[in-house]
Amino acid sequence: MRAKTMEYFDSLIAESAVKIKEEKEKGKKVMGYYCVFSPVELIEASGAFSVGLCATKQEPIAAAEKHLPRNLCPLIKSSYGFAITDKCPYFFFADAVMAETTCDGKKKMYELMADIKPMVVLDIPNSSVYEKRKQHWMDEIYRAKDFIKGQLGLDITEDKLKEKIKEHNEERKLLMELVALNKSNPTPISGSDLLKVLWGRQFKADREEYISKVKDLMEELQDIIANTDKVKGPRILVTGSPTGVGQEKVINAIEELGGQVVLQEACSGVKGLVDLVDEDKNPYEALAEKYMDIPCSCTSPNTRRFDLTNKLVEEYNIDGIVDITLQACHTYNIESYQLKKAVNAPFTQIETDYSQSDVEQIKLRISSLFELIEG
Amino acid sequence: MYTVGIDVGSAAIKIVAFDGNDYKYTIEPTGWSPKSKGAEVYSRFLSDNKISSGHIKKVVATGYGGRRLDFIDEYKSEITCHGRGCHVLDPSIKGVIDIGGQDSKAMLLNGSGKVLDFTLNDKCAAGTGRFLQVTVNALGLDMDQIDALANNSKPLEIDNMCAVFAETEVLNLIVQGAKQGDILAGLLKSIALRIGSLAGKVDIEGEVAFCGGVAQSKVLTQMVEQYCNLKINKLENPQITGALGAAVIGF
Repeated sequence: MRAKTMEYFDSLIAESAVKIKEEKEKGKKVMGYYCVFSPVELIEASGAFSVGLCATKQEPIAAAEKHLPRNLCPLIKSSYGFAITDKCPYFFFADAVMAETTCDGKKKMYELMADIKPMVVLDIPNSSVYEKRKQHWMDEIYRAKDFIKGQLGLDITEDKLKEKIKEHNEERKLLMELVALNKSNPTPISGSDLLKVLWGRQFKADREEYISKVKDLMEELQDIIANTDKVKGPRILVTGSPTGVGQEKVINAIEELGGQVVLQEACSGVKGLVDLVDEDKNPYEALAEKYMDIPCSCTSPNTRRFDLTNKLVEEYNIDGIVDITLQACHTYNIESYQLKKAVNAPFTQIETDYSQSDVEQIKLRISSLFELIEG
Repeated sequence: MYTVGIDVGSAAIKIVAFDGNDYKYTIEPTGWSPKSKGAEVYSRFLSDNKISSGHIKKVVATGYGGRRLDFIDEYKSEITCHGRGCHVLDPSIKGVIDIGGQDSKAMLLNGSGKVLDFTLNDKCAAGTGRFLQVTVNALGLDMDQIDALANNSKPLEIDNMCAVFAETEVLNLIVQGAKQGDILAGLLKSIALRIGSLAGKVDIEGEVAFCGGVAQSKVLTQMVEQYCNLKINKLENPQITGALGAAVIGF
């Protein structure tokens, strides 16, 4: 059974594009971003719209390969392809883009993208043990603030920033409550629907409406939990490179084969939601603290990811882990070996891209994992 | 009573009928239509061996095309099936390496033939049966000539990650006047090294089974032993282990 409220989330991304166009025509500024490292509270505190940018579809990759190497991660190629072909309405409407140095490929791609849009590229301290990393992150957030003022002509006050931090914390808490409903067995919401809700969050034009729909959805899911017979299917945690709407093939394969995608640890899942921003501190310092601790493979060492994954495996009664590595994503690819050794659950790594050419191979890996779990 | 295991691979269809003790089998090329060829080979196999449908308890399929057959009772992955099939043929083995048409695999087994861990090649054909076929074709040879030519040859360095580039590498070596046998030996060595790294990923060591059509190559088998620190226990028929495993699982 599927919750009826999902119809709202089915059309959320497409309808938001229309709403953002209308707002833009009324004079509102729009700032696009790509990554869970982007302190969106800062963008919103300026009064600009923060909006996620398209990055997870195969379609624009051929165009991107005119400028970018073919053996590059599909996420980078797709982001750039969307930018140069005007096929992403969000990129089209964006007055400026906030990006970040999560990997060498993205960093260099942003140099090309800077010819198309004004950009601020935040430098993430790649070492998780660098003693000055908080100061460094804070300086980068201040630099972004200056960029927003200079580029969009918008000021950010401390009060406004605190207000946005509070709103985002509330949203994170609510979404974690939604995800926590999947502690039930069977899970009341599929992995692909959960992705749609969480992914849709960065494209929404109206926070209040989005939040009220999430609450409606949660009520419906409670009913589903109460009225569903217990049926089993291996409970799977998905982790690794981001999985966005449009490239759910691994999640779909898991579900088609009878598995339950309980949640994603990935940045398209709970990675950015598990920690809140401290509301009692200086807001810039608090933002720096939260964002620098995101357990992404771009930081080294990234032991927080292993701890978080193990915690989720236990809390959500996970039977097996599927680690998705996008082709040429070196950090997640290398880290997969460490993760496998660090976690206490059957594990398989799937290296893939956005094409449909390897669906059968993916199914083989997943059904083998299920059979291993069944024993 | 029999259970039947049917492994529809990208290159060959393997069928095994198991009676709890002994087995009969057949191997035929898959051709263009795995589904219709699977049905055709199956009915011919039954009539050749005088097995009526009333004597079949269960049909278990595996392999890429196996899922699409409409006369099966159950589908199991090749990983599980090869593991079990190899264990039946040799209960002493600790691991299995399999070079299939599209995938190369390594599996770590427990004492009763169950898979404890597995790994497959990444999104790339290098190290697969298909890789060998493409490169052997580039040399103008057939698969059944590889051992005769590669035996006692000096393997040239062929280390491309990509099957298509490896083909180009082979063509370059031909232009440079390299010996066919040395090129072939180089290709086999590159496959052996890749299978060795797969086995290392799941901590396989000691006595292993080597299956898949390519495992029939003695030179490749020797190279896997030589370069990967593995001891290969020769199976009586390494190509049918998936189908045998499927049949045994169904029994």
